[in-house]
Amino acid sequence: MSNVEGKLFIEPERYEFSAGPFHQFELARRDFFKILGAGIAIFAIAKDALGAQETAPGSRAFHNEELPKEISAWLHVGEDGSITGFTGKAEIGQNIRTALAQTIADELRVPFESVRMVTADTALTPFDAGTFGSRTTPTITPQLRRVAAAARDLLVGVAAKEWNVAPAGLVAADAKVTDPASGRSLKYAELARGKTLAQNLPAEDPITPATQWTIAGKAIPKVDARAFVTGKHQYTTDLRPAGLLYGRVLRPPSFGATLTSCDDNAAKAMTGVVVVRDGDFVGVAAPSAHEAQRALDAIHAQWKEVPQISSKEIFSYLKQNAAAKSEDRFRKQEGSVEEGLAGAAHQLDATYTVAYIAHAPLEPRAAVAQWADGKLTVWTGTQRPFANRDELADVFHIPESSVRVIVPDTGSAYGGKHTSDAALEAARLARAAGRPVKVVWTREEEFTWAYFRPAGVIEVKSGIASDGALTAWEFHNYHSGTSGVDTPYVVANRRTEYHPVPLILRSGSYRGLAATANHFARETHMDALARAANMDPLELRMKNLSDPRLRAVLETAAKSFGWPRKKTQEGQGFGVACGCEKGSYVATFAEVAVDKTSGTVRVVRLVEAFECGAIINPDGLRNQVVGAMIQGLGGALFEAIEFENGRIKNPHFASYRVPRFRDVPEIEAVLLDRKDIPSAGAGETPIMAVAPAIGNAIFDATGIRLNNLPMVPNGLRSA
Amino acid sequence: MAKPVELEINGKRYPVNYPSDTPLLYVLRDELGLTGSKYGCGEGQCGACTVLIGGAPRRSCQIPVSAVAAKPITTIEGLEKDGRLNPVQQAFLDAGAFQCAYCTSGMIMSSVGLLQTNPNPSQAEIVQFLQGNVCRCGTHPRVIEAVRQAAKMMQEHGR
Ligand code: FES
Ligand code: FES
Repeated sequence: MSNVEGKLFIEPERYEFSAGPFHQFELARRDFFKILGAGIAIFAIAKDALGAQETAPGSRAFHNEELPKEISAWLHVGEDGSITGFTGKAEIGQNIRTALAQTIADELRVPFESVRMVTADTALTPFDAGTFGSRTTPTITPQLRRVAAAARDLLVGVAAKEWNVAPAGLVAADAKVTDPASGRSLKYAELARGKTLAQNLPAEDPITPATQWTIAGKAIPKVDARAFVTGKHQYTTDLRPAGLLYGRVLRPPSFGATLTSCDDNAAKAMTGVVVVRDGDFVGVAAPSAHEAQRALDAIHAQWKEVPQISSKEIFSYLKQNAAAKSEDRFRKQEGSVEEGLAGAAHQLDATYTVAYIAHAPLEPRAAVAQWADGKLTVWTGTQRPFANRDELADVFHIPESSVRVIVPDTGSAYGGKHTSDAALEAARLARAAGRPVKVVWTREEEFTWAYFRPAGVIEVKSGIASDGALTAWEFHNYHSGTSGVDTPYVVANRRTEYHPVPLILRSGSYRGLAATANHFARETHMDALARAANMDPLELRMKNLSDPRLRAVLETAAKSFGWPRKKTQEGQGFGVACGCEKGSYVATFAEVAVDKTSGTVRVVRLVEAFECGAIINPDGLRNQVVGAMIQGLGGALFEAIEFENGRIKNPHFASYRVPRFRDVPEIEAVLLDRKDIPSAGAGETPIMAVAPAIGNAIFDATGIRLNNLPMVPNGLRSA
Repeated sequence: MAKPVELEINGKRYPVNYPSDTPLLYVLRDELGLTGSKYGCGEGQCGACTVLIGGAPRRSCQIPVSAVAAKPITTIEGLEKDGRLNPVQQAFLDAGAFQCAYCTSGMIMSSVGLLQTNPNPSQAEIVQFLQGNVCRCGTHPRVIEAVRQAAKMMQEHGR
């Protein structure tokens, strides 16, 4: 795990996509079997649908599957008038189940309640690369809309035929087709009855513009919310199929350790316990969690460990181990930075660092696996059900069509649940036990064996003219990643470079990817430039920004925050930061209170303006934005993974500090609804500007510039 | 193995076969199928497993079943009465105080416990009381709002 080949440089920040399976088993090939059934349906053919971001490297060719890969969305109108939308995306708390149903109801002209979404089930839903990169809204929403529009046209066509009139004069509304000329109407249910309508989506189908939405755009409450407040919703961790065994896996003492010897006789002798040894994999399954634990404790294993670096030396290590020359695609240059610097009135040179952090989803990685007749069904909380399926098929040497992965609505992920680790473990144990097995990672396993948001070093060199206009901008990111690496500020002379470094800890996607790190460096740097030039930080930004959407969020947030503000108290400070990524725009303002004697930093207020095109569900969006702000606050102030010699030193909530109630400031999220712009995703961008806004406010309060994330893990003085 | 215990949960009696030192959470979830109480850490650090024991909110992952045999236990499954939600559940629903909702049952149980001893808590008191409940999705402001609304509802109905 500590050493990687060059191929892992393929996808910075998404190393988990190109990493091999967590476990390698040695098993025999089994029979092929088909899974999918048919339905009365409209299919969307996704010629243009799978953009570059949707295609994960290493994702395998799609074959032996009843639904061709090109089908990206589909919809079923039942004979009882029930509408079912199908998507391979997973519900992980980001509210897609509700937002997508709204979209379908809106376009098909049916009540919201009649639409049900089937999500992330490899046997039932169309192929999908995964629920990541804020792609659900911009890709799946318009597809489902087009599918719904086509279904509506089809139903109108059936009615026209029935009445022997031209379809053009008919109106589809309230789940029925009406002929205004005669006053006749037929319900969708009546039109669908006894028919088998299956059609591909026409190439072009005009969809309803956001200005005419009636159900989309509304703050509709979360679907099935009652099941969550009553504890009835079944997450993966809650499933208990008949005959279930509880699985545990023996973990090495440190990363990269290899098994040298293993005495599992005592465990094997325990009643009802199944022990599996397969290569370096050692696991147990037992009728209860405590019996599984006892069996695991009874296994005596010896491991060969390898020396590894620690979090203390990580940043110098990253600098020293960067590739000598990065690939062309990681380098961008315009004008001459040297000339720009020479002509600058103020120059600034600064280094920023970001620590490894953990996703720490409250529901840990988990899977339930069940084998029957050589076929495998796995329920697991993953953001990539199809990739999980492929990996399971690979590892167990069975066809993809013999594997079904189902994702129950999941206890969050934040980019952390892309891999199939728990699924592989549960499936391996279940195969040996001949019974269903559930594996739920412990919190310590979750903090240790999952992957992290990579650490990084960022170097910035810049110059501004006496009026604040940028004259030069040079930006180097070591290891953390390329997302958000380009500055939105107008500058003629610039150089941006990403420097890959071989992986140290298992690393991968995280809400916002490296955009948080890159925005922290850039927006902190812009603030420092403003101070150097004795300019208002907002004014300096405006001076160098031309993008009207970015300017708009800054202006909106400034107004809500009341910028510029006069300090009324000792230790008070205000800060601003902004950015854009993945088609959405954010500006964050922070107020902090610093107790200069104790060094305690308290974030008092956060105001954020956010714009992601036309808003589909303002309540769900607000929830996402506020949630991202709070999560961002953790990484800004105190979250950091500490490690030494291949061990995580703080793998518990007691030692890895996440934001809790006392940390949460007064929060205001201002949402800009741009009905003229296609909706973009919103899960990630709202996190990006939180840390620099807070850091800039701390500087405003104290004159101390904090260039390292987290900024104040132990208060200000020891930072 | 100690002798089997019997638990009183949500007004019903359940014989328990798991060893008496098993934490209550595993008995609830795995043996009795009451999966509304969640595993978030098993270390008393996240509150996802919170239940009421004798009316007081407790982390069920930290309490051996033997210690609660004589005390009435309420879990999230026991809050709904005759198809009517407890005011705290209703307030969470109304406020949309969840995203992934994995923390929700623990949040609700803690809040029910709070309102039992302090029917009209201040914002600071709510924050203080829920400090041990983690919501990784960041729904804290809505949870606080829901608790305030629940307090209001309960006072209006109580009088
Ligand atoms: S599971 Fe009991 S406190 Fe976290
Ligand atoms: S809603 Fe996801 S942890 Fe609270």
